This record gives sequence, C-alpha cells and structure tokens, in this order.
Amino acid sequence: MGYKLTPAGFGALLDELATNYQIFGPVRYAGKGRLAGTDLTTYGPVRSVSDLVWDARTTFAPKEVFFPVKESLLYFSGQEITEPSLEMKETLVFLRACDLNAVSRLDKIFLANGPEPDSYYARRRQHIHFVLMECQEGFPGCFCVSMGTNMATGHQAALRLENDHYLLQALAEPWIALGERYGQPARVEPVWVEKNPLTVRVPERVDIALFQHELWREYACRCIACGRCTLSCPTCSCFSVQDVIYRDNPERGERRRVWASCQIDGFTDMAGGHQVRADRGDRIRFKVLHKIYDFRRRFGINMCVGCGRCEEVCPEYISFARCVNTLNQLMEVQGRDA
Amino acid sequence: MPNPYLPVPAKILAIQPQTPVDYTFKLATDIEPAWGQFVEISLPGYGEAPISISDAGAGYIELTIRRVGQVTTALHRLNPGDTVYLRGPYGTGFPLAEFAGHQLVIAAGGTGVAPVKGLINYYANHPGELEGLHLLLGFKTPADILFRADIERWQTIFPTILTVDQGPGGWPGRVGLVTEFVREIPLKPHARIIVVGPPLMIEFTVAEFIKHQVNPEQIWVSLERRMHCGLGKCGHCKINDFYVCLEGPVFNYSQARNLVD
Ligand SMILES: Cc1cc2nc3c(=O)[nH]c(=O)nc-3n(C[C@H](O)[C@H](O)[C@H](O)COP(=O)(O)OP(=O)(O)OC[C@H]3O[C@@H](n4cnc5c(N)ncnc54)[C@H](O)[C@@H]3O)c2cc1C
Ligand code: SF4
Ligand code: SF4
Ligand code: FES
Repeated sequence: MGYKLTPAGFGALLDELATNYQIFGPVRYAGKGRLAGTDLTTYGPVRSVSDLVWDARTTFAPKEVFFPVKESLLYFSGQEITEPSLEMKETLVFLRACDLNAVSRLDKIFLANGPEPDSYYARRRQHIHFVLMECQEGFPGCFCVSMGTNMATGHQAALRLENDHYLLQALAEPWIALGERYGQPARVEPVWVEKNPLTVRVPERVDIALFQHELWREYACRCIACGRCTLSCPTCSCFSVQDVIYRDNPERGERRRVWASCQIDGFTDMAGGHQVRADRGDRIRFKVLHKIYDFRRRFGINMCVGCGRCEEVCPEYISFARCVNTLNQLMEVQGRDA
Repeated sequence: MPNPYLPVPAKILAIQPQTPVDYTFKLATDIEPAWGQFVEISLPGYGEAPISISDAGAGYIELTIRRVGQVTTALHRLNPGDTVYLRGPYGTGFPLAEFAGHQLVIAAGGTGVAPVKGLINYYANHPGELEGLHLLLGFKTPADILFRADIERWQTIFPTILTVDQGPGGWPGRVGLVTEFVREIPLKPHARIIVVGPPLMIEFTVAEFIKHQVNPEQIWVSLERRMHCGLGKCGHCKINDFYVCLEGPVFNYSQARNLVD
C-alpha cells in the first residue's frame, strides 16, 4: 500500500506511534562532531519528524539499539547470580538499506553461529522493527551496489522524502492503518540506488599466500589501532566479557560485555605474553578478509555492506574500498599467471 | 530461551597442587566431556577463564589451572568445599574413532599435558583400543613436571619418554626438547600423532614428525587462543573462517596449517 503524507501528517503519525513504540533513527547533535564546530550525525531517539536526518551518513550504526555498547549479563550478590530482566518497549528503527542488510549479518553471528543463540541479543532483537529510509543516491564512499546491499527486505515500511512531502510504502501493520489515517493513497514503488560512483570488486577467493604481501606493510605504519573503523561498522559484533565489583558494595557486582575491536591492542593477548597479530598490518588484513571473505565462506554472504563508514571515520584515511580492490587485482594477476 | 552465559555452581571436591603455580581442581559436576574439550570456569566478581578438562569421571571433572592473572589467582585461593561456576563443555575433542586400531603418539609440552591427560588415562583403562600408545612428555625443569603420579603409572604401561629442557645435577632422566626425541619413536606407517603445548613447541614438533614421513592428515593439534565466550559470538578466537572455540581447540593439522592468524 502506498501513501503520500505532508510533513504535518507524518509528524502526527509519528506522535501516534510514539505512544506504543520507542523510535530511533538518524539524528543530528549540534556541535558534538569529532572536529570543533561540527555536528555528530548518529542513531538516536526520534522525537519529531524534523529530527530525521536525510542528508548525511551517520557516524555510528543502528546496531547499538539492540547490541548495546555495554550490557550487563549477570548480577552478583554474594554467591547469588541473577539474570537482568529486560522490559523493552517495541522499538522502531528508521534506517538505510545497507544498515538493514547489516542486521542480517549480526543475526548470523548472534543467532546462528555456534551451538545456541545469544539470548541477550535474541530477546532485544524480537522487539525491533525496521522502517527503510530510501536513498536517492549514496554518499561519497558508499559502495552498496557492489556489495548487493542497495536493496533490502525485512522492513515494515519504506519511507521516501520527496520535495515537500513523504511517500510511504506500507508493507505491514501498523503502517497500513496509519497511512490510511494520516495520508492520501498514492502509487509508491520502491526505489533503490542503482549506481555508486565507487565500485568495489570483491575477489572470489583470497589465497593465503597474499597474507604475506607487502600491501599490508603499508598499514602497519599508518594504522594507529584506534578501533574507530570497527566501532562505526554496522556489522562488527565482537565483544569482551568482564566482571566488575561495585565500588560502594564489594559484595555486589556484575558480569558485563563491552564492544571489542580486533584492531585494538590486547584483543588476542594470552597468558604467558603470547599474542597473535601484534602487527597492525596483520590486523587490517584480518578485518578486511573477515568482511569480504571469511564470513562469506561460513555463511554464504559477505559481511561488509558497503556503507563507507570505516573509511570516513579513519583518522589515517585508510580506505577499505581501495584495499579490497587491490586484493582483487592481486588475485586477478595471480589467476592470469597461473 | 536458555541463557548460554549463565554458569552453574560446582563444588570443589579436592585441590591438588602439581607445582607451586599449577593446581588441579576436582569439581563436582555432571558434565560429561569429550577428551580435549574445555569449560569456562568463573568466580563472580573476578571473571571467567577457558580451561581444558584434564580428567573426568562419574560426577566430577578435573581442571589443572596455572596461576597467571586475576581469575586464576582468585581460584588458587579457594579451598575444598568452596563453590566455583561452570559452563560448557565447549569445542571439539579428539577424534577417538580416528585413532582406534592405530598406533598413537602423544607429544605434549608443559601445560599442554593437561588437555591430553584424561585421554591417556582413558587408553590406560582401555588397552585394546589402540595398536600401541607412545608418550613424549616435555617440561621446562623437573620442578615443572605435572601429574607425577599419573606419569609414573603411564611409564609402567606405555613406552614413555619424559624429558626436561634443563636438568639440574641429579636429574636422572632425559634432557632436551621434545623435538629431539621424535626420532626415537618407532613410527608405524599409519601412526596417529597428537601434539599439544606452547605454539613454538607445536610448530617444531609437528615439523619433526613430518620430517619422519608422517602426513599432515595423521597429526592433530590443540590450539589456544584468547576466548571470551566459548560460543562463537565474541570473535576473539577466530582464525580465517574458523572459530577455535567451535571447530577447535582440536584441529587436524591438514586444516590447522592453513589457519594463519
Ligand atoms: C581452550 C583453552 C584451554 C585452556 N586450558 C588451560 C588449562 O588447562 N590450564 C590453564 O592454566 N590455562 C588454560 N588456558 C589459559 C587460561 O584460559 C588463561 O590462563 C586464563 O584465562 C587467564 O585468566 P586470568 O584472569 O587469570 O588472567 P588475566 O588476569 O586476565 O591475564 C593474565 C594473562 O592471561 C591472558 N588471558 C586473559 N584471558 C584469557 C583468555 N580468555 N584466554 C587466554 N588467555 C587469557 C591475559 O592476556 C594475560 O596475559 C586455556 C585457554 C584456552 C583458550
Ligand atoms: S567494513 Fe566498512 S564499508 Fe563495510 S560495512 Fe563495515 S564500515 Fe561499512
Ligand atoms: S580507524 Fe583507521 S587508524 Fe583506526 S584502527 Fe581503523 S584502520 Fe586503524
Ligand atoms: S571464544 Fe568467543 S567466539 Fe570463540
């Protein structure tokens, strides 16, 4: 079902939704950007229709709505262990096609990998519903078309901002009822970005002989292991588990998990001082291959969704896209020589 | 939905110091592990640690834990009767069906003996299952030797080479790295080999066996990587498209040699 809504109509629709849902989407925080005088665009609570940001990529991904940066797993009280209760409101997330595709990548790790689903992720995830924000064109550095993530499924509705009005494609309730109430029926066909200025060619296969290639050595000097690329990536899912004892009551504490990054020192440290990938070039190789090769070997799809964030946030201007294209060239050369 | 991170309490039945820094904990639990698997053991407020199951029987498992940091130090302060928390068992164990009917050689170094101790005891109790078991056990110094009582028993049942890297005066046994003694083992063509120990020990010992005409497919290793979940979620233990906590820690060497960190 398609509907055309005025900003006022869409605003009223959101107000009604807000009574039953918490709503997240791309929002702008003035003055909170990394550089002085810049804004931070990221996922946050949406209070009114004008909060939704259409003209910029968010620095961080929507994953934190259902995979919090820090999450309590267990509470301790003396010898007693209790599980935190979760009372989560039904939650709507307005997001782009790449980020919606990224959710299916997180689902693979948290729900499908290993012997059983991650119950903490699963119980949040079941309360999350998605509304697609259609992209007219990508942002600089996007390569969703190369990754096949310019299209998406799994959303309840799709929204397009067109001149002075919104077009809504309602695929499920409550959106059909809301469209009827607040909009005018209209023909709305989904539109997808069909071309990005940037093309990334993902090699079919990566030879482990390339692990030693000098390509990685360049990154060994450039990467400062800050982990920004992984924090902003919509598909990065690694975490560390740690126990803490509350300072004001040492009888009580909790076990929690916090996001971790394969780029940051300590990720692989083991007893006896042993560590792997001490070299930062090797860490970049590890991350890049997970995104475009290892994950696909395990789950049949690439992990990377081509959102372009890792490159945008890197203080050293390290380009993921260029790295993948170089790898592809090296594999092509190898194929030709073979 | 069951919470896979929720550990269950287990009472400490006994604690046996092996060396000043390695203690064996006997824990009351109904976990029935495959040899080579590990558990996550924890103490609330201190944290969790992945530890190999060094032996098991009806109603108990044993863990041999080296004191190296926060969790392991806290565990070493406990007494019989105290409670620890367990979840698991995790990972793949040794493929006993692949060994049955063949000669088996187990080369283990240092704390690497822990993940194979239960397996060796199993074969001590099931003598017909293999066409011979050879043990090649190495420790840094005589003071570092773990499982002395077990080793003494094994020496009476299996051809056993016990060696230390450095022997002080008065040490009557062998001195030298495990790798130096591989050539003393009368290898049969289809011998199965297990190599466990520190990374360099694994690397050089495997190379030595391969030099003696053993195929990679005949060798199994047990790898150790940083782990924070044991469930294939936290990502710390991943190598290429494998998770050491899921497909490992035991790997056939034909696969392990392609795992590049
Ligand atoms: C599959 C597997 C089997 C193991 N089996 C045994 C065993 O049988 N006996 C034994 O004594 N040890 C074993 N270990 C190592 C043991 O897990 C670590 O020594 C332990 O986690 C250290 O915890 P800690 O809190 O005392 O140390 P920490 O205070 O956390 O740190 C001390 C040192 O241990 C390292 N470390 C911390 N967490 C881990 C971790 N999760 N994995 C590896 N290293 C870590 C730290 O980087 C640091 O170098 C095994 C590890 C793995 C992965
Ligand atoms: S690897 Fe980079 S481009 Fe790919 S999904 Fe992650 S942040 Fe986006
Ligand atoms: S953002 Fe750039 S510098 Fe920081 S860890 Fe990632 S690649 Fe390295
Ligand atoms: S230990 Fe967490 S994924 Fe293997």
